[in-house]
Amino acid sequence: MSSTSNENPRTLSGLPIEPLYTPAGLDTSGFDPATDLGIPGEFPFTRGAYPTMYRGRLWTRRQIAGFGTARATNERYRFLLAHGQTGLSTDFDHPTLTGYDSDHELAEGEVGRLGVAIDTAADMGELFDGIPLDQASVSLTINHPAIVLLAMFLHNAERRGTPWSALRGTVQNDSLKEFHGQKTFALPPAPALRLTTDVVEFCTKHVPNWYTISISGYHTREAGSDAVQELAFTVAQGMAYVESAMRRGLAVDEFASRLSHFFGVHNDFFEEIAKFRAARRMWARLMRDRYGAKRPESMRMRFHTQTLGSTLVRQDPLNNILRGGLQALAAVLGGTQSLHVSGYDEAYDIPSEEAMRISLATQMILADESGVAATPDPLGGSAYLEALTNQLEEAAMAYIERIDGMGNGSMLDGMLEAIGSGYIESEIAQASYRYQQRVESGDYTIVGVNDEYSGDASNAGSLELFEFDYAEEERQIERLTTVRQARSESDAAASLRDIVKTAQADGNLMPPILTAVAAGVTEGEIMGTLRNEWGEYVDPGVF
Amino acid sequence: MISAAETGTGHPPRVLLAKLGLDGHDRGVKVIARALRDAGMEVVYLGMRVTADQVAAAAAQEDVDVVGISVLSGAHMRLMPRMVDALERHGLRGAGAEGDVLLLVGGTIPDSDVEPLQQMGVDGVFPVGTFTAQMVDFIRAGLSREAR
Repeated sequence: MSSTSNENPRTLSGLPIEPLYTPAGLDTSGFDPATDLGIPGEFPFTRGAYPTMYRGRLWTRRQIAGFGTARATNERYRFLLAHGQTGLSTDFDHPTLTGYDSDHELAEGEVGRLGVAIDTAADMGELFDGIPLDQASVSLTINHPAIVLLAMFLHNAERRGTPWSALRGTVQNDSLKEFHGQKTFALPPAPALRLTTDVVEFCTKHVPNWYTISISGYHTREAGSDAVQELAFTVAQGMAYVESAMRRGLAVDEFASRLSHFFGVHNDFFEEIAKFRAARRMWARLMRDRYGAKRPESMRMRFHTQTLGSTLVRQDPLNNILRGGLQALAAVLGGTQSLHVSGYDEAYDIPSEEAMRISLATQMILADESGVAATPDPLGGSAYLEALTNQLEEAAMAYIERIDGMGNGSMLDGMLEAIGSGYIESEIAQASYRYQQRVESGDYTIVGVNDEYSGDASNAGSLELFEFDYAEEERQIERLTTVRQARSESDAAASLRDIVKTAQADGNLMPPILTAVAAGVTEGEIMGTLRNEWGEYVDPGVF
Repeated sequence: MISAAETGTGHPPRVLLAKLGLDGHDRGVKVIARALRDAGMEVVYLGMRVTADQVAAAAAQEDVDVVGISVLSGAHMRLMPRMVDALERHGLRGAGAEGDVLLLVGGTIPDSDVEPLQQMGVDGVFPVGTFTAQMVDFIRAGLSREAR
């Protein structure tokens, strides 16, 4: 049975869908265009972050990339920039994400495999070789070790004579989602949150145009959550960071405008558009009413979107190009500031150059051919979309209230409790299982997988997949060894002692980490020192 | 549901699931854990970031019939030979083993890797998108074959 012939249709997250939506029905639901919609660029930002949206400036085409050594990824960056990319985003490999050097025993087979391997400041220098750091906006997709990788980036900017105030970019630095979303944690929740806040505090004072956290729902969605959960937990993470920075003594209007967001986009077209609109409205209301923000910039949510890798299908992989196109259209109609369209071949491996070229072309077709960029929020006022936007906000706020209760009125404490007790993970695991059951029972149709013609589907066939070169691992370990041999061991050891001292004294760790990376200390050594100090996190494995 | 008699072991099938290496993509393995449990099996999820040796030691200790490994990092061709080797060293497969445990792997596995994985001793290869029902059937068939 297909989802459209269902007698009791629901959105993918299970919200009921009425047989018909009318403007009159919207009026009687209590919807007030003046307070619920407003105009684009103004509170509550439902219709968009900026007054003119894409008429003024198109979204940034930001395809994430990273594999092998810094040299290999630098080449891919130049390829993307030459084919219409307008911003850069770095995928790091698992050892880098989890804070281990490339020669650690757990790193075997994963060095450079799903992202670029960065061990030292020298690697970071090579990654952005020949790319003007004051012109390209750069996104570093790293979380628990964010402070270390950002230090390496800042060190290289300084060496190249680019002032920190000229740097525009983002570090993901979303430590809490690691425990239920991405699962590349390196430290327990409380110290990880401290490092996140160190970055916010340091950048607020010294790197004023940097986005200090990209508060992320993408990974939570990939981990199997539904749209409501993605929305709720992302906003909840953001609230915890705001409260943590305020506890540190920062005023909300000092740092809030440098927070950004990152969502996934799934198959349910209208639910996804509604999710983006609800997210902006929730954030604006919470920032103003709960945290007392005064500047509109502090209330304005801006976000990056990536089409979800988990929606890609192995059968008839070319069909994924259309899936990516529809998802990208939903992100654009939802008002995204930047976009990554996943490669159609990613159910097999990381994307080939050909797949990335098609992803960029998908974005250009939307931008230049379709006309959807001509006016802000073109679907605003649609009875169905506004009703869905309200439903999503309401359902997500119910989660937030539950978590707030766990922290007795503190979302910071509430999130630490909700993570520590396994509550969030358990909610996601249940949604993920429900989705799988709907697919296996045929209640939700995926073409080529469970539709009546799926027997005709073919697999990758003649696809030219990405070919990983395992020699990259050896090359990276050689590079690491060279850096270790060239440095002063006494300087390296002294800088690590300083890190320990600052960690114990509750100071901001960025200054001693900057000194350490300049002395050739590796990421794994710094994170290992912090692990010794603060312990390791063991995933509870709730299912 | 799988009955104890079907496995010939006198108890419901025992399955150990784990993720090798640093890979954090645990959505699939957790869905499978739940599905196998709902199908009447005893499931132990050892979690992520474990080594092949830890998996084999746990498999021996828990006396499991099936070991299922999830790898979405693309490192399966490097990690699975170590897994086969570790199971042999712990006497769970190969010469000297009472009965081979069934070894499964799931994840982002290109079609061209399926046969090499089988040749190195992996009994079942399940690329992303595999229905959990297929895995239940595969385990049932594999265990009843061994019981005969």
